[in-house]
Amino acid sequence: MVTGSNAPDVATLMRIYRRMSSIKQNDERMRATIRAGKLAIIYYSPRGQEVIPSAIAEHLNDDDYLVTIYRGIHDQIAKGVPLKSLWAEYAGKVTGTCKGKGGPMHITHPETGVMVTTGVVGSGMPIATGLALASQMSGDGRVTITNFGDGASNIGAFHESLNLASIWKLPVVFVCQNNGYAEHTHYSEGTAVENIADRAASYNMPGVTVDGNDPVAMWKAAQEAVARARAGEGPTLLECKTFRFMGHLLGDDSHYIPKEEMAAALEKDPVPLFRQKLIDDWQVPAADLDKLDADIATEIDEAVQFALDSAYPDLVENKRDILAEEMA
Amino acid sequence: MNAESPVKAKKINMLQGINMGLAEAMEADEKVFLLGEDVADKQGGGVFGVTRGLSSRFGESRVRSTPIAEQAIVGAAVGAAIAGYRPVAEIMLMNFITVAMDMVTNHAAKLRFMSGGQTNVPLVIRTATGSGFGNGGQHSDMLEAWFAHTAGMKVVMPSGPAEAAGLIYSSIFDDDPVVFIETIPLYYVNGDAPEPGARIPLGKARIAREGTDVTLVAYGRAVNDCLMAAETLAKEGVSAEVIDLRTVAPLDMPTILNSVAKTRRAVVAHEAVKPFGVGAEISSQIHEELFSDLKASVQRVGSNFQPVPFSKPLETDFIYGQAQLLDAVRKTLG
Repeated sequence: MVTGSNAPDVATLMRIYRRMSSIKQNDERMRATIRAGKLAIIYYSPRGQEVIPSAIAEHLNDDDYLVTIYRGIHDQIAKGVPLKSLWAEYAGKVTGTCKGKGGPMHITHPETGVMVTTGVVGSGMPIATGLALASQMSGDGRVTITNFGDGASNIGAFHESLNLASIWKLPVVFVCQNNGYAEHTHYSEGTAVENIADRAASYNMPGVTVDGNDPVAMWKAAQEAVARARAGEGPTLLECKTFRFMGHLLGDDSHYIPKEEMAAALEKDPVPLFRQKLIDDWQVPAADLDKLDADIATEIDEAVQFALDSAYPDLVENKRDILAEEMA
Repeated sequence: MNAESPVKAKKINMLQGINMGLAEAMEADEKVFLLGEDVADKQGGGVFGVTRGLSSRFGESRVRSTPIAEQAIVGAAVGAAIAGYRPVAEIMLMNFITVAMDMVTNHAAKLRFMSGGQTNVPLVIRTATGSGFGNGGQHSDMLEAWFAHTAGMKVVMPSGPAEAAGLIYSSIFDDDPVVFIETIPLYYVNGDAPEPGARIPLGKARIAREGTDVTLVAYGRAVNDCLMAAETLAKEGVSAEVIDLRTVAPLDMPTILNSVAKTRRAVVAHEAVKPFGVGAEISSQIHEELFSDLKASVQRVGSNFQPVPFSKPLETDFIYGQAQLLDAVRKTLG
């Protein structure tokens, strides 16, 4: 148990747990709904990576910007995107975040700061520098969080973005969710350095490697990086080591992951571990956690029903939002 | 208007025209800012000097020289645009946009649609190109059709200094992403200075010369080439109407169709290579709408379908010229 003034209190930890539980249960329901044939989508499960956005969110305001990727539903839930809007977008319904026009890989929800979700590996980072540049120029005090995987640190956009963010001291945190695999390729076979954070040296910015499955360590690391950005001291490369339980996409049998590696990772499933820690170390009554989990389940029930019951967008939507003027 | 007004008589080139338009836009709205390689005065105000004087006047926060990093330049511009700014990103030469195509076609063009209209990208990408200077295969291409082929993009191509000033201003205040293509040879051609504050709306073509026998549709440098051809044709008793599209996308088909309905003959000309080009689209639409009214099939003029060569005779052979323009018109005259 962490103590001292620079440590999260139990209320903070409970909020982090709530987000984690929400992400985990939401993921389980999503997979079940797809397997039941009620949703026909390609799904990139975030299962195993719940801690990272749940802890970062403690340091963010609603209007702080977030950029994420196709495996991003955990980031969106943690930032506060309503479950109903998310589910409806996943179902292609008019009540979704983007009227069903973006879909799972392109969630945008400006009310919670979710500005871009990209389906192209690495492409969020250059855009995040622009959001951060806007905040720097306007002095609005916002911080931009841009999430990406370990694989994305090998694409050119990573290099161009970190360099630009550093020379301009932009208020952005580059959050690398290192889950060990770039699609089906193990980290060590595609990446030349031991830690992604080592690459920060090239950009003269702090590079921090943290256990992305440890809520307290994540909370502390995110606190520093966000505070640094907000104070105008520039960007941080925050590498959060984690693991991806469900493969690259749903249906992927993870045959390329050694069985022992997967088993060891599942044994350290961060959500039940943290739940037990709250009971053991923080004396949170199990009944409180049961109730919290049950409330989340109810909220998800309602979101799924809302999405399934909602209407598809009118076909006129194919002529709208292409340009400012409606197309003929 | 006073015909003897010195403002009216003043001549400027297109470098100055674009500079004027940029300065007026920056003056009008502090959300307008420029970024690109060497755009600040410290680095020379852009490789061609288009942005010269602007960082001294508006500060280096609003005229930002960047590293040589096209993906970051366009990406940063996209991000700032969705956050409410009106960035003007300079990509030194059009071929270098290829390095940033993901930002342009996957993001700038699509974010409005994919977000269901919640975000939009009021971004201008200014870029220069054009053959004839021995710059070879990677510094000369005309790629406007690539962008016109992408839903969500606008493509603007001015034909002279006053046009450039009015069009860059409108491009900056347009709420969608615009690729603004500057033809290098036109930078140094003088024309009338615009009236201060003159604006040219996007998506509206201009009749550059009226005529009755054949319609020549062009944009960018091809407008001047078509005007020259029209002079030659006039001496032969052929009255050619010349349309300056100004905006390749959205395409002003009503103006084209009105003209061709009158002349019943059409030639489309551009510097870009001919196959799969803008000329193919315009020709096809004319045939679809006016087939039975046409006296001859629509002819296309473009450069050879090959990489732009270096050696002077090869390069001259590559670019379309007056001979091809006149041949095409004569084909329509039968």
